[in-house]
Amino acid sequence: MNYDNLHDLWELGGYGRYVWPAYGLTAWLMIAEPWLAARRLAKALSQARQQTDEEEG
Amino acid sequence: MHSAVANWRIFSLSAPARFYRVTAWLNPWLWALCLVFTFAGLWMGFVVAPTDATQGEAYRIIFIHVPAAWMSMVLYLAMAFWAVLGWAWKVRMASMLARAIAPTGAIFTLLALWTGACWGKPTWGAWWVWDARLTSELILLFLYMGYLGLVASIDDVRRADHAGALLALVGVINVPVIYFSVRWWNTLHQGASISMTAAPKMASTMLTAMLLMTLAFWAYAFAVVFLRARAIAIERESDHEWVMALTLNQQNAQ
Repeated sequence: MNYDNLHDLWELGGYGRYVWPAYGLTAWLMIAEPWLAARRLAKALSQARQQTDEEEG
Repeated sequence: MHSAVANWRIFSLSAPARFYRVTAWLNPWLWALCLVFTFAGLWMGFVVAPTDATQGEAYRIIFIHVPAAWMSMVLYLAMAFWAVLGWAWKVRMASMLARAIAPTGAIFTLLALWTGACWGKPTWGAWWVWDARLTSELILLFLYMGYLGLVASIDDVRRADHAGALLALVGVINVPVIYFSVRWWNTLHQGASISMTAAPKMASTMLTAMLLMTLAFWAYAFAVVFLRARAIAIERESDHEWVMALTLNQQNAQ
């Protein structure tokens, strides 16, 4: 175990201010991107459904 | 000969439908793999791997920096490959895949630059230097953004695909430049930590953590590219029979 407590993990021997922003943006983008892609698919499907309804109806 | 052409035609026409079905089934598994590898990689990287003797804790950025940089280059090659395939052989799904890869490649390039800046500041004393490795990676970001801007600016889908393929193909030259930049020029950026021909220059727990994060990023890239490619396929082919059948099935299931 490298760290005794969460504070040590946060500080990372003074380098936390560089390491955590690096991980932070990575995590944020890797959550936002799939969310946006899933929303795009849902929108495409609902538009296709509307189109099918119009053609069927 | 005629039947071969007919078969190829059927194959290529049905490709988006099959692609949609297969990737819809695959994606939950890919997300699960991504999560498992991420947790394993972070555990190895922060709990098991020791503090670096020279860089202290700052080196822990390597576990996302190197995988992101690798993905940025691999995804560019994949994007160019599919774009050219779609251009030269009119494979519909190929052009859609190229478009689906571009945003993910751009994000990984941005992350490689950002994590590199966060690592450069404490170790080199600068967020940015105009070094060959950094500059060629920045050019990669511009290539991705140029591709995205170009295909978005042309209304005709097929023409946009062709123009994008040309840009992607010309930009391929930049990928070996990035990769070999640390050897060709005298750079501040360090040389490769692992290579095909020599033993890795890092502790095995550090290497394991980095490789686990690489697997996580691979799983992520496949999953998010497949997801976006499915959206693009539906958008482009909403008047095709397979999309109508798909939407009718979904309505019946509700």
